[in-house]
Amino acid sequence: MRHLLSTEDLSLHNAKRILDTAEEMAAVGEREVKKLPALRGRTVVNLFFEDSTRTRISFEAAAKRLSADVINFAAKGSSVSKGESLKDTAQTLAAMGADAVVIRHWASGAPHRLAATDWIDAAVINAGDGTHEHPTQALLDAFTMRRHWAKLGGLPSTGADLKGMRVAIAGDVLHSRVARSNVWLLRTLGAQVTLVAPPTLLPIGVEQWPCSVSYDLDETLEKGVDAVMMLRVQGERMNASFFPSTREYSRRWGFDDNRLRTLDRIGLKDTIIMHPGPMNRGLEISAAAADSHRSTVLSQVRNGVSVRMAALYLLLSGETREPAANLSKESN
Amino acid sequence: MVSNNGAYLIRGAAILDGAKEDLLIRDGFIVDRGVNINADGATVIEGDGLVALPGMVDVHTHLREPGREDAETVETGTRAAALGGFTAVHAMANSTPVADTAGVVEQVHSLGQTAGWVDVRPVGAVTVGLAGEQLAELGAMADSRAQVRMFSDDGLCVHDPVLMRRALEYVKAFDGVVAQHAQEPRLTEGAQMNEGDVSAVLGLAGWPAVAEESIIARDVLLTQHVGSRLHVCHVSTAGSVEIIRWAKARGINVTAEVTPHHLLLTDELVRSYDPVYKVNPPLRTDADVQALRAALADGTIDVVGTDHAPHPSEHKECEWAQAAMGMTGLETALSVVQQTMIETGLMSWSDFARVTSTAPAVIGRLADQGRPLETGEPANIILVDPAARWTVDPSAMATMGRNSPFAGRELPGKVVATFFKGHPTVLDGKLNTPYRAAAVQHPVQAAGPVSGL
Repeated sequence: MRHLLSTEDLSLHNAKRILDTAEEMAAVGEREVKKLPALRGRTVVNLFFEDSTRTRISFEAAAKRLSADVINFAAKGSSVSKGESLKDTAQTLAAMGADAVVIRHWASGAPHRLAATDWIDAAVINAGDGTHEHPTQALLDAFTMRRHWAKLGGLPSTGADLKGMRVAIAGDVLHSRVARSNVWLLRTLGAQVTLVAPPTLLPIGVEQWPCSVSYDLDETLEKGVDAVMMLRVQGERMNASFFPSTREYSRRWGFDDNRLRTLDRIGLKDTIIMHPGPMNRGLEISAAAADSHRSTVLSQVRNGVSVRMAALYLLLSGETREPAANLSKESN
Repeated sequence: MVSNNGAYLIRGAAILDGAKEDLLIRDGFIVDRGVNINADGATVIEGDGLVALPGMVDVHTHLREPGREDAETVETGTRAAALGGFTAVHAMANSTPVADTAGVVEQVHSLGQTAGWVDVRPVGAVTVGLAGEQLAELGAMADSRAQVRMFSDDGLCVHDPVLMRRALEYVKAFDGVVAQHAQEPRLTEGAQMNEGDVSAVLGLAGWPAVAEESIIARDVLLTQHVGSRLHVCHVSTAGSVEIIRWAKARGINVTAEVTPHHLLLTDELVRSYDPVYKVNPPLRTDADVQALRAALADGTIDVVGTDHAPHPSEHKECEWAQAAMGMTGLETALSVVQQTMIETGLMSWSDFARVTSTAPAVIGRLADQGRPLETGEPANIILVDPAARWTVDPSAMATMGRNSPFAGRELPGKVVATFFKGHPTVLDGKLNTPYRAAAVQHPVQAAGPVSGL
């Protein structure tokens, strides 16, 4: 691996390598001194063109636990807001000797541009681009699911996949980079995915994706599901005729208390409820569901640091990093 | 000044890929066509292995001047046109200021004459400032020295149905045509690429085919209702082809254009996120490409228009969503059409002449362009080497734009010579010299033999 841009082209081998490495990193997080010297002297830049405190501090914690030097570059209030181009920003970071760029951008494909051009020769990690992908979120989700699924099967997480696991992803799929990255990665790991959304919030072309699609959350739950992932509803969708009202959305596609009771009623005692955060309590997820023992919301946050440590380690440590001449997005 | 003995004898070129004949050119006209014509002091150009065609006429060119001389000028754009085998281009109205008055179209027209590489026919804006609110002074532009006949808000759609109706009606007074950029604005807000399987994966806002097709359907019906003439710019979808085919079958006076890039490229290229593939209308699917080729071959689509749209590099070296839409096309059009239409067996070179010269000249009402290669006709002629192969290198082009989506591709066919009004603007595949009007200029002639030469 040279960059981590998407899960669409992430091989099973590399996906498992990241997840297995993350298991080792998680062990570090449980020690009293939560630090490894692996990336001492390496510089990681968090280049954020879009506000995301959660993702930024998760990457920052990951880099610091690996002893890397961290530079946070927020596009707001910087030269970028004065009209500097992505190209000039990238070349500036290259001149400062960045070894890895963690980029969050509102424009789909911006990380691919950094990786494909000669503007900068650093490892590029996509920390969420537009409505395209958010690969480390999908990896931390998969990590969380794998621990749960392996435990149910009485197996160690390391080396395991998600074969046979039934995952429902519900909400605004159309605008969700989290949904896209999850669909590809869960496919690679062998899970069965069902997307649940109002038809207005599914992309034209979704029928080509390796998953099933349903407009009915209740029916999806009744069929049996091992994990339910609720997607955040963005405020700007609420007045754009994607759905009539937030109340109607909540009734039809939100994970409310009735649906929480449904899981108990039909005997799905091991089904987990996931959310990438930040949550709109009372809209796509009820407070009772978010706070229930089924909720993995905080485990996801915790696992995020481990997964991002693994990604940084694998991209930046000498033995696994591939030479600059290899410009392929991802290779084995 | 044209030298007094500025005569040329093209020897043994295949006329429209037919029989090998000689063409004798003098004083701007073809003065003889036949075999073994005596050179009689004329400069001889060996045509063996070459195809002689009427000079290409582009109905859709962005020359950027006035206003964006950092992207292109009339001089650089028309040099590119001559090298690409064109003898006339229609300069789109979206300059700064917009070509919505007689003054601006006359300026562009005169810049074209000064440059001397091709006929520059300004396109007038339909609405003031391309704002889609109020008709521009179409009559004044038609009556100006630029003699505008084609009107377009290209880049933007005349989406108000009442305004479109009025424009179609009004241009009837001077045999004008409204060239519509068919794009329903509400359906394409923030649109970045064709809406379909690829946009779903890439997370780029979709540009549905129906946004184009619904406007074309409305406009052909309006055209029928008011009995006017409509030209549809850069048709890009299979559905649009069906609507135009239906309209023509009903006798509606509609013509349509396809770009070279829509004949070859698909939205699969967007997977690279390289903005060189960002264009309006967007690259579509392979099914659309095949439908467009079939439509050009069967006459449903009348002409090839380049939609040559040069941009400074900084408008392409950025994020996809930030990048400008458009591709250069003047210097690759012939080769792309040869590859997609002729080498596939869909068309002959005679058909090529129809879609790149004869039909576009009729649409733009250019009397002395797109004429047959016969004695007495204006000498707007190109010589093409169909066996040549070349690799596209944008940095070697005459256009200032480096945004060619064909960069690095090997394409067939090369323009060896371009004769504009009898003067070689291109020789041996290189720019020669521009045409300069003689002190005693022949009056611009309509069709028909020219006597007393």
